[in-house]
Amino acid sequence: MTKLPTQREETLGGYIVHGIPFPIGTDDEAMEFLKKMTPIQIEQEYKITYLHSYGQDSPWFAALTNKRLIASRDPQSGYTYANPRGHDMYSGAETKWIDITNVPAKVHAFTVCYFGSEEFLPETPFVLALIEFEGVNTLLLTRLMGVDPQAPSLDWIGMEVKPKFLRNSKLKPTDVYFVPKESSK
Amino acid sequence: MRPVYAISGGVSKFAKARPDKTFQAIIKEAYDYAIADLGLDFPTFTRIVDGSVASYFSDHFARQLMAGIMAQDYLGLCPKPSHRVEGGGATGGICFQEAWKNVASGHMDVCVAYGFETMSHVETWKGNEFIALASDVSFDYPVGGFYSGYYAMMVTRHMKEFGTTVEQLAHVSVKNYCNAFHNPYAQKSQRITIQDVRNAPMVAWPLTRLDICVMSDGAAAVILCSEEGLKKLEAAGARIPRPLVKVTGIGRGTDAMRMADRPHFDYDTFMRDYATEQEKSSDETRKYYKKLWEHGTRYPGVHSFRAGRTAGNMAYKMAGISDPLHELDFVELHDAYTSSEIQTYEDLGLCRYGEGGPFAESGKAFMPNIDYGLKLKEKPVCPVNPSGGLIACGHPVGATGLMQGVFAIWQLQGTIKKHFRDDRLQVQNAKRGAIHSHAGTGTYVTVSVLEREG
Repeated sequence: MTKLPTQREETLGGYIVHGIPFPIGTDDEAMEFLKKMTPIQIEQEYKITYLHSYGQDSPWFAALTNKRLIASRDPQSGYTYANPRGHDMYSGAETKWIDITNVPAKVHAFTVCYFGSEEFLPETPFVLALIEFEGVNTLLLTRLMGVDPQAPSLDWIGMEVKPKFLRNSKLKPTDVYFVPKESSK
Repeated sequence: MRPVYAISGGVSKFAKARPDKTFQAIIKEAYDYAIADLGLDFPTFTRIVDGSVASYFSDHFARQLMAGIMAQDYLGLCPKPSHRVEGGGATGGICFQEAWKNVASGHMDVCVAYGFETMSHVETWKGNEFIALASDVSFDYPVGGFYSGYYAMMVTRHMKEFGTTVEQLAHVSVKNYCNAFHNPYAQKSQRITIQDVRNAPMVAWPLTRLDICVMSDGAAAVILCSEEGLKKLEAAGARIPRPLVKVTGIGRGTDAMRMADRPHFDYDTFMRDYATEQEKSSDETRKYYKKLWEHGTRYPGVHSFRAGRTAGNMAYKMAGISDPLHELDFVELHDAYTSSEIQTYEDLGLCRYGEGGPFAESGKAFMPNIDYGLKLKEKPVCPVNPSGGLIACGHPVGATGLMQGVFAIWQLQGTIKKHFRDDRLQVQNAKRGAIHSHAGTGTYVTVSVLEREG
């Protein structure tokens, strides 16, 4: 049987208060009483807009807006990163870009988030997945669509998938997401 | 490097929220306890201590830059040297080791490591957002930044790769909750069952709320010293229990921030660079690993923490440990998730990679005198998280690694009863223990070995 909630949700936001009770006199007894008071808690807002640069990784986002998924490859060893990486971690050499849009891909690991960080709470439940690509040495974190978040299964691991791209790019890594390969376009 | 002794510690009560005090005053609770346990008064210790290291993870939670100096100021330690360290969830473990370096190098004779976190200043889901900012904000956070989600992906891979079950994960939670029931410092005080864990709200499949540690307000402090420091403290009237507790091993490892970027090494690379000495010397274990690789296992992938293995191997080598399961009397490890405790059993060589699940339910990591309500197949060998760990004690990030240090000191001094007012969590005749601190998805991991002399 489903457990019914027994507690109301706690939220911030309350009354604006002018004046807090305080002893009228400041004799020793009154001052000692101050040690027995509960703390005052106030709300402090903190809002910032950052101008964030993708730097040398910018072409990866540009590719997504053009419905291409690109990756970084060490020109000598061929070691390939699904995430963009300006320099190879083994040789230290500058990497080159390669196109992996149509490279065969599979689910390597996944989860379904029924809760999340505040920013993503409205999107729950959502499926996070790490994707492995043929000929690529590392994985890519992405959203997986086209699977039932209410029925997760370890059988999803190894499932063949393909990338899909947002038509209206947000210049975020979520401009690409993955769906089961057999799903309709 | 010269010998370093861990002589005293203090922990504030960990709680969901401590609005009664500012963070400085919460740290002072732990700090004062550590001083009082030495039998010294505040001015005497202040005169002798050479400096400090401050530990806290997030400027966001405190909404305060340079909180370290505010603590230093409040504790009356100005103008003595100090610095703040930060390394995600491993911040406390790093702090412990930096304090050790201060003493081992000869820079200080007495050093105090203190740490705190006050996570209650924002609501839980905003707190999760802050923590998720400790993932790549260009590539990981925007996809759905949520640490429980990141660890849950590691779990599904571990389950697929090695057959680990959710019931095995739940054994960790039951063990740690039941241990913490006897620890007055723990945030949670409840005994739970496997069913309770599985029936709790699902957070990130397959992890439920009881598979995951909670956010906390709290602080901890550890006092380390050299032989010269001992003499100074004792000359001033300090009562330091004998045999002494010495730090005999220090190890630290790292890995890529984006867990997707971690390598998938072949068998030879694993055996050469990451296998423990025990694994390397066993024909049977080499065959076991060969078989795993033949079935497709690669190392570390996302199922294992090579930073943890690196830290463990480094600390064991320094401490002269070759069989950690039998040469450590207890381990306090970073169980932010039941799954990460299982992964860490493997990293620390308490069992082989792939065997963490069966190890969790075997009984080997349980305490002997606690009723867990479980039918365990084997007797305890090396209790893991006798304190209740992060899952039940709470995880005020900057304090957590130091809390482990304090509990380890008390175990090795044999003073658990004095501090907990209950001796059921005292590991009998504990001579050597390890503390393990771990940051986001295994990016920074520290392992420190503490030993009772004689």
